[in-house]
Amino acid sequence: MEGVIGAILTPEILLVVFLCTLYGAFVGAMPGLTATMAVALLVPFTYFMEPLAAVSAIVATTTTAIFAGDISGALLKIPGTPASAAYVDDSHSLARAGRPRTVLFVSLITASLGGLIGVALLATAAPELARLSARFSSYESFWLACLGLTCAVFVGGASVSRNFASLFIGLLIASVGIDVAVGHPRLTFGQVELLDGISFIPAMIGMFAMSELLRNAADPFPSRMPKFTVEPAGAAVAAAWREVRGRWARVLRSGGLGTVIGALPGAGADIAAWIAYAISRKTARNPEDYGRGAMGGVVEGGAANNAAVAGAWTPALVFGIPGDSVTAIAIGVLLLKGLTPGPQIFTTDADLVHALFASFALANVLMLVSGTLAILAATWLLRAPRPVLMPVVLMLSLVGGYAITNSTTALWIILALGALGFAMERARIPIAPAILGLVLGRVVEDNFMVSMLKARGDFADFFERTPSLILGAATLALWAFLLLRAGRETLARRRPSRG
Amino acid sequence: MTRTTRLSLLAAVAAPALFAAPLAMAACDWKPERAVTYVVPWGAGGGTDANSRMLASMLEQAWGVPFNVVNRTGGNGVTGHSAIANAEPDGYTIGAVTVEINTMHHVGLTDMTFESVTPLALVDIVPSSVLVKKDSRFESLDALLAFAKANPGELTASGTSQGGIWHLALAGMLNAEGLAPDAIRWIPSQGAAPAMQELIAGGVDIATPALSEGKAMIESGELRALAYMHDQPMAALPDVPLTAKALPSGWTLAAYITASGPAGMSDEIACSYEAAIADIVATPEWAAFKASRGSEVVSMSRADLAAYMARSDEALGKVIEAVGLAK
Repeated sequence: MEGVIGAILTPEILLVVFLCTLYGAFVGAMPGLTATMAVALLVPFTYFMEPLAAVSAIVATTTTAIFAGDISGALLKIPGTPASAAYVDDSHSLARAGRPRTVLFVSLITASLGGLIGVALLATAAPELARLSARFSSYESFWLACLGLTCAVFVGGASVSRNFASLFIGLLIASVGIDVAVGHPRLTFGQVELLDGISFIPAMIGMFAMSELLRNAADPFPSRMPKFTVEPAGAAVAAAWREVRGRWARVLRSGGLGTVIGALPGAGADIAAWIAYAISRKTARNPEDYGRGAMGGVVEGGAANNAAVAGAWTPALVFGIPGDSVTAIAIGVLLLKGLTPGPQIFTTDADLVHALFASFALANVLMLVSGTLAILAATWLLRAPRPVLMPVVLMLSLVGGYAITNSTTALWIILALGALGFAMERARIPIAPAILGLVLGRVVEDNFMVSMLKARGDFADFFERTPSLILGAATLALWAFLLLRAGRETLARRRPSRG
Repeated sequence: MTRTTRLSLLAAVAAPALFAAPLAMAACDWKPERAVTYVVPWGAGGGTDANSRMLASMLEQAWGVPFNVVNRTGGNGVTGHSAIANAEPDGYTIGAVTVEINTMHHVGLTDMTFESVTPLALVDIVPSSVLVKKDSRFESLDALLAFAKANPGELTASGTSQGGIWHLALAGMLNAEGLAPDAIRWIPSQGAAPAMQELIAGGVDIATPALSEGKAMIESGELRALAYMHDQPMAALPDVPLTAKALPSGWTLAAYITASGPAGMSDEIACSYEAAIADIVATPEWAAFKASRGSEVVSMSRADLAAYMARSDEALGKVIEAVGLAK
């Protein structure tokens, strides 16, 4: 144990981790730049580092970048990741209500706690988590993704039918590109750039940032737009700590849930945040506040989000199978260093694995420092008048969107989806479910088609395996409940008009 | 024969420039004066990415200008390969052209062929494998093929998309052994990693990714390798049976990674790249990198590589035809 602590408490590792949390905070807070991209840019530098330093750098960058995605979400209503889209309406409403720093410190503290819970579970139960994930075939992944989509429908502040509408707009956008099962291009209009579908980054920039700008531009008196009131940092930290301390059991629950879902194959962190948010709303005393500024949603979604980042390392470490694009890059770096991830890494390189977990924990602690700096810098920028701030944000977002695909198609997607997002807001259709539909649409379709091919079209096979039977039954029960509730809502609304 | 085809193609494309820069005058001392873009059609972290990044960083050291690696993923490789093929052939855009250049046009994804690029150097050869789960009833490739012959359509396999290179590895092998190409049904996946997840979860019976991709799980005993689709054993896993010896047809299949530029690149630039990469491949640093990934150092002259790509195109075209995916 002392060896492990000695291994990570070297000046080199401390410096690398700290610099990487700063770097991650910067990249994550920039709308349009993602954790994956941050890590990809880091890869050339890791060639010259020791294996532990290299992986610590990747871990520190991702963890902080995922948290920092909440900064642009709360302050500008442009979530940095699909996972933070789950609670962006809440965090932005709270920020507008004069508590921007409080809500960001809540995000920071819960992100750090969620990450630590994730590491603790990973260090104690990685083999068990891996055995669970090893039972996940396409049937189970299909049901889990369906469960995630269902959460989008019953969490939003709007009515069930409006959430449905938003979700299906997202699913429609997700159907652009090469069909996963038979490789046939759909809705691409002969554009090579559209073959890979519409990536969620330009979509999020368009639907959140661009539509927000259009709404501001529609304001005839931009100089009179309300400014953010920013509370003193000390008071904000104290208030944030009170909010989190009062919900410690919920943080534990979401952190645990996030780690488990993150360890499962598929779109881990995104589904984790949405399911945690849905459970939070279901068990809250004030479910009607969700979507309009509920701190509980920010706490639980934020904790699940970062816990899932740790959980995603399970399949990578235990099986050498990358759980997401970040761990795929990390595996590449480990291989480059002559270390093959897989079950044997726990015995042959046990010291490295333990040091890796320790550096995970270290990154989550140091993140508090660099996260605080990022929050102070970001809220300071809010003093700029909005008519100046928003075009700068748009420019940065466009650069970010361009950087994802290195093509101008991304810019057209941003503009088109910005107009769509503006129209949706006008029709009071929420945007967040569309983003989840866009992200999970491919996962659902891919796993459905693969399952149908395996089962040769027999639906019964979707319930044949025990884990898929449990998940499938849970999903169907939830759907039945949703239909019942929608029916009751409609009846309740009709009755007074009849009388 | 293939060399003449390639040269005449080059001549046809570069005809107007021929008077100014005759091919025979190539001195092979061209050097980039500004940053070079190195396009990788596949994602960061994969084998193509790792090999290309290593090569790019060593070219950077050799020539003293930045080599910027750009991952242009998507469209089953079409996006990135188009970015390479459509670039100016001035030596400032090159990239990792992979075996998919020989499959994409057969399945109707694009019009691009291996003649749309100028091969510069062979970077890696990645032979396929036949993997099963540790508790599978099949102990040998013979037993597996015998069962598939007796029970066509009963078994499932995965590894990549429909018509992807690992699908062709399986279907081509079945075809060569006189079985129906779909005697083992193909279940498409987003890549080798999700396919191996399906395999250990019991979702499919077989996976046919690169042997190097399954190495970690073979060594740990989670998976069993029934065959290596190559004619020489892998140094890291010498006991895996070779299809070249075990199968009557002598079937082998390997994906490959090249460094290539757009078609019409002048011989001067192309041979300068060839020489620079040949120097890099001979270094102990490159050998150590290759050893760390469990693969061997490979090299081929430009002319041999062009001929190799042409042969591969013909062979894969036949497999795609046999499988019924040709368009």
